[in-house]
Amino acid sequence: MIKPQIAQKISSVLLWTITLLVVSSMLFIIVYTVLHGWRSLNMHFVFGSTITGGLMAPILGTLYLILLTLLFIFPLGVGTAIYLSEYAPENKFTKFTKFALKSLAGIPSIIYGLFGVAFFVVFIGHTCILAGALTMACLSLPYMVTSAEEALIGVPKTWREASYALGATKWETTWKIVIPAALPGIMTGVILCAGRVVAETAPLLATVGFSPFNPVSPLDGARTLALELFYLATEAPSTGGITRQDLITQAMGVAIILFIIIILMNMSVRWIGKKYSNEQYKIGR
Amino acid sequence: MSKKNIEITVRCLLFLCSIISLMILVGIGYFLFKNGFSAFIENGLGNFIFGKTWNISKNVYGVYPLILGSLFVTTGSIIVSAPIGISVAIFMTDIATSDIKKIIGPCIELMAGIPSIVFGLVGMIFLVPLIRENFSPPGYSLIAAIIVLIVMTMPTIITLSEDSLRSVPRQYKEASYALGATKWQTVWNVTLPAAKSGIIGAVILGMGRAIGEAMAVYMVIGNAFKIPNSLFDPSRTLTSNIVGQIEEAALNSQHMHALFACGIILLIFVFLFNGISFKMRKVV
Amino acid sequence: MKDKLYSKDLSLWYGKKQALKNVDFSFKDKSITAFIGPSGCGKSTYLRCFNRMNDLIATVNIEGEVVYNGIDINGKDADPVEIRKKIGMVFQQPNPLPKSIYENVAYGPKIAGIKKKKTLNDIVEKSLRKAAIWNEVKDELKKSALALSGGQQQRICLARTLAIEPEIILMDEPCSALDPIATAKIEQTMLDLKKDYTIVIVTHNIQQAARISDQTAFMLLGELVEHGTTKEMFEKPINTETSDYINGRYG
Repeated sequence: MIKPQIAQKISSVLLWTITLLVVSSMLFIIVYTVLHGWRSLNMHFVFGSTITGGLMAPILGTLYLILLTLLFIFPLGVGTAIYLSEYAPENKFTKFTKFALKSLAGIPSIIYGLFGVAFFVVFIGHTCILAGALTMACLSLPYMVTSAEEALIGVPKTWREASYALGATKWETTWKIVIPAALPGIMTGVILCAGRVVAETAPLLATVGFSPFNPVSPLDGARTLALELFYLATEAPSTGGITRQDLITQAMGVAIILFIIIILMNMSVRWIGKKYSNEQYKIGR
Repeated sequence: MSKKNIEITVRCLLFLCSIISLMILVGIGYFLFKNGFSAFIENGLGNFIFGKTWNISKNVYGVYPLILGSLFVTTGSIIVSAPIGISVAIFMTDIATSDIKKIIGPCIELMAGIPSIVFGLVGMIFLVPLIRENFSPPGYSLIAAIIVLIVMTMPTIITLSEDSLRSVPRQYKEASYALGATKWQTVWNVTLPAAKSGIIGAVILGMGRAIGEAMAVYMVIGNAFKIPNSLFDPSRTLTSNIVGQIEEAALNSQHMHALFACGIILLIFVFLFNGISFKMRKVV
Repeated sequence: MKDKLYSKDLSLWYGKKQALKNVDFSFKDKSITAFIGPSGCGKSTYLRCFNRMNDLIATVNIEGEVVYNGIDINGKDADPVEIRKKIGMVFQQPNPLPKSIYENVAYGPKIAGIKKKKTLNDIVEKSLRKAAIWNEVKDELKKSALALSGGQQQRICLARTLAIEPEIILMDEPCSALDPIATAKIEQTMLDLKKDYTIVIVTHNIQQAARISDQTAFMLLGELVEHGTTKEMFEKPINTETSDYINGRYG
């Protein structure tokens, strides 16, 4: 038998190596993307009109899609979370709803794409931002509900009791005590869902359309940054003078923009988390 | 409005919210089956599942190679990412100091946040030529998809295994240390066995992620409709099949039905994996 | 001659908070030493210095010496794993591992590299007998240790500690989670073990210290206020704080 102390050393070295390998593979992806894409990032490419080869339409499309999606899931998700954490009786229906939400979270995004085509696109009659936003709303709803529910459950019971003891009704307590206290957690959910809209491609392939024009109405077609990346990477160059290599560089440039957005979102989630645990909750717990 | 009426109104509204949330799942199931079920009838269930032809002009659809493709990439990636992911989780819970955790934690979080399309892009531009030049053309292959999925399933496996390792009561570890066990002996004999079911659950959830991943796989697997003979052959999965054709298939055509049927089969696998995972992790 | 185990000028900080202040104490071999004091006085923290259990807490800083067999156990050459094999510990909450009774007791020897079934069987039986629980569990060694009562679990934990043949046994309020009958059984076992082991017990139960210990030490706010033979301490304590505590005037 190997001496335990030696086994300890070996295992420790091994675990270190594996972890560094994983972290460096991730850093590699980022560095590789940046090295191959930074050249494309100029004012004309990022903020130029899409007709002339810029990213204005995808940027506006992404923002439009985020806003519209949040418009649907914020009330619906928070409402569901409040119902589940504050109001729902302990019965089969509640259990089933919770189970359904967990199942929804596990469904692959391409399935939402199919659903969006079969329902929203058919219902509206054509592909457009609205159809894409509704599809993304279905996809991100479980994340919204889960974050909000966790935040609501985390509000100390004693605060609720204090409010009831002063004669407040359930809704008054929920509205004036519970929701304000849970707001940071709810905001985290909002950012998380916006992140999904930015990152997902599969559900939007056949729902959001692919217009190169800046979107105005929710019934217009649009593209998102991730979709733009997909087409840049997979389509053959159509206009003269642009090589496939140029398109790849541009795709990598879009990937850099996506990274920046994701990093900013992660940072704001962390920042909210920190503020949240420092200020309010020290008193409560 | 009196306080009582407000209370009742609010309760109804909130209940309505949760009903709508529930309806989405029902709706997805309904539309998937409404469109996909016809494909089972049009082709015959057996012919559809075990058929090896996918011919759009003749309207003959069989998905056997797709099912195999999906299962190959899933098992292939999980065989590698499970041991690596669990190792990192052990590192994070039992070896890393809090300073190191502060660096690696956000890295893994970021890794989870990278859009799948970016994994696909780097796979396509970096990995595919690498395989083509050093191993075997065309580079777009099963192995490329497997490697991309290894990286993509890693954060899921790490985070969930870490949760489950962390939830092992501290008393167990203390008992083991107090008896003169080394860190590794404690991990191997106490922590891992106590966290076993949670870790298995994490790995199976990783499989659910892998089989459901569409874009990244589509970009590197080559999408050849055939049963691959080697890891370096191009192949096609249920998901990449849908990605490739969802835009061109006409609504209500047999072609579209066949794509939805792919979705049904995919969903069955995903629910199977997730169901087991939920059970193991005691989520439900 | 110096004793086998002593601490010299030992201070400990949790982050910025000082939990032990220059504690000097020397343990008599083959006897029971009890540490008493109000909760938060640092007695458990002090105990955990002797098998380096505080290593598991990231923010701990230690100054001073803990010497066992002439070696500073916090020193660079000291191996916590070896030390813990010689200095065993029984915890406040019974903490059997989620394994069978047999596997719990055999865990330490197995980890130390003993593989022979026969030897393991012998060790398990001997240890369970010493912990006075053999008769209660000998027919169900395969049963999960978690299924036993609290008192039985604690004696399994004691047996588990004995199985690694330590010289010193640290007991961190071993009876605080037990009922009086289980407590009496543990106390009897401790008295029986005294002839072979050096036992250190931390307890909030003053009567328990009086019943079983040979030496008693009183701690307050991280400082060792007073120590001596149990008889002296209880009959004529020098320090007023000590007498106040012993007479129940502290919380």
